[in-house]
Amino acid sequence: MGFTTTKENQNAVVAPLGNLPNEKSDFQLPENPLVVIEPSKGWVPLNLRDIWQYRDLLYILTMRDIKVRYKQTVLGALWAIIQPLFTMLIFTLFFGRLAGMPSDGIPYPLFAYAALLPWTFFSNAVTGSGNSLVGNANLITKIYFPRMIIPIASVASGLLDFLIAFGLLIFLMFYYAVGLSINILMLPVLVILTSLLAIGIGMWVSALTVKFRDIRYALPFLIQLGMFATPIIYPSSLVPEKWRWLLYLNPLTGQIEAYRSAFFGTPFNWLALSISTVLTLAILFYAAYTFRRMEKSFADLI
Amino acid sequence: MKPIIKVENLSKQYILGGEQKQYSTLRESIVETAQKPFKAFKRGEDKEKNNFWALKDINFEVTPGEVVGIIGRNGAGKSTLLKILSRITEPTTGKIELYGRIGSLLEVGTGFHPELTGRENIYLNGAILGMRQTEIAKKFDEIVDFAEVESFLDTPVKRYSSGMYTRLAFAVAANLEPEVLIVDEVLAVGDAEFQKKCLGKMKSVSDKDGRTVIFVSHNMAAVKSICRRGILLKNGALTFDGSAISAVDSYMQGGSDLSSFREWKANDMPGNNNIKIRRAAVYAQGKDIGDPILTSDDLVFEIEFYNEVNNGIVDVTWDLMNVQGIHVAHLGATCSSSNTNRGWLKTIAVLPRNILNTERYVFSVQFGKNQKELLFRMEDVLIFDVEDGIENRGSNFGKLPGVIHPVCRWQTETVI
Repeated sequence: MGFTTTKENQNAVVAPLGNLPNEKSDFQLPENPLVVIEPSKGWVPLNLRDIWQYRDLLYILTMRDIKVRYKQTVLGALWAIIQPLFTMLIFTLFFGRLAGMPSDGIPYPLFAYAALLPWTFFSNAVTGSGNSLVGNANLITKIYFPRMIIPIASVASGLLDFLIAFGLLIFLMFYYAVGLSINILMLPVLVILTSLLAIGIGMWVSALTVKFRDIRYALPFLIQLGMFATPIIYPSSLVPEKWRWLLYLNPLTGQIEAYRSAFFGTPFNWLALSISTVLTLAILFYAAYTFRRMEKSFADLI
Repeated sequence: MKPIIKVENLSKQYILGGEQKQYSTLRESIVETAQKPFKAFKRGEDKEKNNFWALKDINFEVTPGEVVGIIGRNGAGKSTLLKILSRITEPTTGKIELYGRIGSLLEVGTGFHPELTGRENIYLNGAILGMRQTEIAKKFDEIVDFAEVESFLDTPVKRYSSGMYTRLAFAVAANLEPEVLIVDEVLAVGDAEFQKKCLGKMKSVSDKDGRTVIFVSHNMAAVKSICRRGILLKNGALTFDGSAISAVDSYMQGGSDLSSFREWKANDMPGNNNIKIRRAAVYAQGKDIGDPILTSDDLVFEIEFYNEVNNGIVDVTWDLMNVQGIHVAHLGATCSSSNTNRGWLKTIAVLPRNILNTERYVFSVQFGKNQKELLFRMEDVLIFDVEDGIENRGSNFGKLPGVIHPVCRWQTETVI
């Protein structure tokens, strides 16, 4: 019988250890400190080398998110298809059939699905990475690693779903007898661009969420609005020429349209894509610097 | 000898209330910004009141191969120091220079995911602790051997017993190979045999490989047996830096204040969602609290606490240690025979006279549920002196040697 809960036998005695300082250790101390811990002020360097050193952790956290996502679900990875597929069916019914939305000469289901594919990836990635820091509070308060890895891993884990949902698009294109063109070669570039945008926004949101929990409630709502501000259910040609530039201030517009061009072989709108790329990179850098600046208070606030 | 860790004028300030509230909302932040110019006048006095220095002007150096124990009471700043050393949080002022790779173990099994299997968690936890994948793969068998979980490698860890879970978690951590290892209370978990294994591992880490270890613990015996050097923190300041044995003595004697009676107000009772402690006392039976306690007195120790647990049997356990850090006794009992009701409880125990020696003693208390689950533990609740009441001491005036001093039945006969 014992009332011990955890601290049984604390006196497991072992002879004193620790050789006299440096009796046996033979490694050489570096001239300069490897790390200097100091209070940081203002803007902090990005320290990308640090992230590179922890690339294994990035990979493992990504795999963890993927493995855990569909544990104990019956349909498993099918959920990656179900979400965009059903959204597409509903949109086709309401916007394609009932409202007669134009779709630049492409069958409406295909038109909608080609945009929903990157949109679903983007919105899930932003939601996931936005909540990722708070969700990993146990790591942040117990161990050091570049915090940026958490939102980045969260976005990266969405890529698999993207790939699975892409399989369905190929199937739909066969069904509607739409052939692939050389434009498809742009796809990897587009996926990288969308990922960078998702990382930028996700990282920024995740850092803000640590301090302002309001964001958790505002985010789903904002993402919903974002879908209507992006030409997903409608083509950008629907917007009067005079206002179209407004649409292109949304960095996703150029990307979504480029996805359609890549899939259906229509000409790329290079201007729109360039604007989008510049905006994406600007957001990414701004987010990364903001994140680094806020990073130091994460452990105390979370 | 060049240090591997150099800490200079390190301070850490926490701002209580106001700005560092756990959940700040956007609205508050906007309102605060708007009010800032008007608040400027009041600020001065407000600031001083709300600021709390968890660490103040800490200076020390550690040379390679040293094993340093950091001790101090709850709230002395030990955890804050570890968190700054392991780069989890930033200091407010001061500087630390690190000349080696640091691996920190502030918790066993950080990042373990219950849904993942043992195998997957080994890789996950290893990566979180800063190991490369190839490094983990190389040590995989060693880790599994050490943890003794071979047959459960492909079971999700949520199905593990808590013992298996702890063993696996420590096994991964034990195979970490940084130049400086920071360990926080990790030894407080697991069964006795496993603890021995862990101590053995730490021994080899510093002995064989000549690595530097910084060890934080409440377990004075462990600190004394593992560390050569001890650093004592008190209210955020470094009050002693020297041999581990003198650090422990200083902690147990001069370093800590006597407190044979303690009472807390409603808003700062120690505890958690399960248990809240209101009052604790130790005194000689038949005398008042605060009167000297003699070895010839029956020793009464009592505690009043609020029990929030309604569906289990709550137990109270007292750990009695002496100033040498020796665990003198582990005394416990359940609070009732059937489920303990929610509400205020008072548990009184009496330790019969003539057992303890003339010495300073420390009580820690812990609460458990169904003698299995830990509800709450508080270190160093009561500190008290037992004074000389030993009769038949012959010509010796002073503390008699020995951990205990029972009264024996003596008899001498003449024999042929």
